Amino acid sequence: MMRSATIKRWLGLSPALLVIGLFMVVPILIVIVYSFLAKDPYGGVEPQFSTEAYKQLLFERDFDDTLLFSTVNLKIFWRSVWLALLSTLLSLVAALPVAYYIARQPESRKNTLVLLVTIPFWTNLLIRTYCWILILRDTGLINGLLQRIHLIDSPITLLYTNGAVLLGLVYSYLPFMVLPLYASMEKLDMKLLEAAHDLYANRWRVFRRVSLPLALPGIIAGCILVFIPALGAFITPQLLGGGKNLMLGSLIQMQFGASRNWPFGAAMSLVLLSFVLIALLIYARSPAQRDGNLI
Amino acid sequence: MTDTAVDIRSVRKVFNAGSAHPVTALDGVSLNILDNEFFTLLGPSGCGKTTLLRLIAGFEQASEGEILLFGQRIERLSPHERPVNTVFQQYALFPHMTVFDNVAFGLEMLGKSKSEISSRVGQMLELVKMPEFASRKPAQLSGGQQQRIALARALAPHPKVLLLDEPLSALDLKLRHAMRSELKTLQRETGVTFIFVTHDQEEALTMSDRIAVMSNGLVQQVGSPTEIYELPVNRFVADFIGRSNFLEGQIAGMSGSKVEVEVAGSRLELETSDRHSVGERVTLVLRPEKIALKAQLNGGINGKILDTMYLGTDTSYTVKLEAGPELEVRDQNGLMGSARFKVGDAVSLDIAPNAARVIQG
Repeated sequence: MMRSATIKRWLGLSPALLVIGLFMVVPILIVIVYSFLAKDPYGGVEPQFSTEAYKQLLFERDFDDTLLFSTVNLKIFWRSVWLALLSTLLSLVAALPVAYYIARQPESRKNTLVLLVTIPFWTNLLIRTYCWILILRDTGLINGLLQRIHLIDSPITLLYTNGAVLLGLVYSYLPFMVLPLYASMEKLDMKLLEAAHDLYANRWRVFRRVSLPLALPGIIAGCILVFIPALGAFITPQLLGGGKNLMLGSLIQMQFGASRNWPFGAAMSLVLLSFVLIALLIYARSPAQRDGNLI
Repeated sequence: MTDTAVDIRSVRKVFNAGSAHPVTALDGVSLNILDNEFFTLLGPSGCGKTTLLRLIAGFEQASEGEILLFGQRIERLSPHERPVNTVFQQYALFPHMTVFDNVAFGLEMLGKSKSEISSRVGQMLELVKMPEFASRKPAQLSGGQQQRIALARALAPHPKVLLLDEPLSALDLKLRHAMRSELKTLQRETGVTFIFVTHDQEEALTMSDRIAVMSNGLVQQVGSPTEIYELPVNRFVADFIGRSNFLEGQIAGMSGSKVEVEVAGSRLELETSDRHSVGERVTLVLRPEKIALKAQLNGGINGKILDTMYLGTDTSYTVKLEAGPELEVRDQNGLMGSARFKVGDAVSLDIAPNAARVIQG
């Protein structure tokens, strides 16, 4: 009897397990295997064990085959991480008041406002990012406007800067921050804020000691939902950052395209994956998680 | 002479003022709440009692009027600047803090030292008989236990006045009864002025030193539980507190502190401390337990038993008077516990001069 119940349970789970196995576990295994193979100069790999891809992360091979320490890739990693962190932080700062405002609205209005937050998802990210090009380029909306009101004489460079990438990332992932923040703030009991206020806490301390800790699960979830895709983003940095402001995502994409260095692309993907895992691990060990207040 | 703890002067509170649908929650309320008093704001929901409490706490701002706390005007102060604390209806304990941290919160905000906080919290937990729960989270406590922690938290910073917003309404009946005497004891032990909001008249009568009965944003009567029950000033108070029969009548004569009232086709001599004039329309408030039933008919008010209800200690009779109205009369059951009358019996009502209250209108 016990056995048949167990079998039934596994049978029920099998579609999900199959999908996870086929489309997640197997591809990751392929990536791991590929990262340890030698590259085929015409794309693809040669069936031959090699740690060349990992060496390439930190070293450059000179003409006489000696390894030279190179910071090119490190710089790109570093830029990706801080751009992702900064866009997470900016999203958080921008989303906090928005989420707080929506959470305090009457029930009927909340749903409308949440719907409005999701409106950007109705259009393809690529198209929306192209729109930013139209806005930011030298002959674009902002420069045109500033020139027309004679604030500037010649266009200022907005496009193809780190700032443009940052703007694009925040713009793309802001809804992912607003929604979990809203979810945790919506549950916040106004009476608790009154109680803290009543017990001699001023506005700032009410926020610090009661609102913030209770909204923490939402804040952490939002940060992860923004940080992870921002770290691996490649459309936005590609289009708004141009060639000289590479991020990890673009670099990886290049290895499978123009550079024809699949093992190196695979190795970098794994580095990216480990960054993400580290972020998730921090989340899993956060106090909000320990208390079981997960959203 | 006792000090005034809270002095409320002609306070009005209008919600949505200036909008199409302004709501007047308080329509000119004046109250004098004394130091070290268990004061209850009693009234049906929507009478303005909770609004008044929130005005004292500072969660709402009065539209008009003044609120003084021990002589100091406080109506412009923010809640965290007022030396009053609140026990909320649903307790509102901070779910992310332990019991200790909850009770310590107010003291911490006041900048007390660590040692002072820990001794005071220990003392408060002792007071509410929960010293062994300090490291628990609120979610691990029962409703009654959360209630006690809410009390300890509000009392810990030595408030000058403790505000209690229907704190017992979320508890089950048995616990509610137990907490009544505990609250009363707590008030006596701490010497803090309690302002207690409830819609439960029994709670109000059993715990309070004084009660303010409120309805429609107005204070109807302020007095001790006995005064409120025995000498209601109007029909609302008489109806809201306890059970009452109302008989319409007219003043037929006066002599000293007594008036003669023509009621239900008969004349009754009744005591009153109020001024009345001959010919004035009055209402008699008759508590069911103050009317005596007699089997012998006389020239007074006669009637017939319409219905009987056995209540254990008492029997409740519905009496149809010859003059028309129906009255409820309660008669204590004898040693054998049997009712004295049965349906259809003819009875006469014996109303002593001090058994009925004469009110205007």
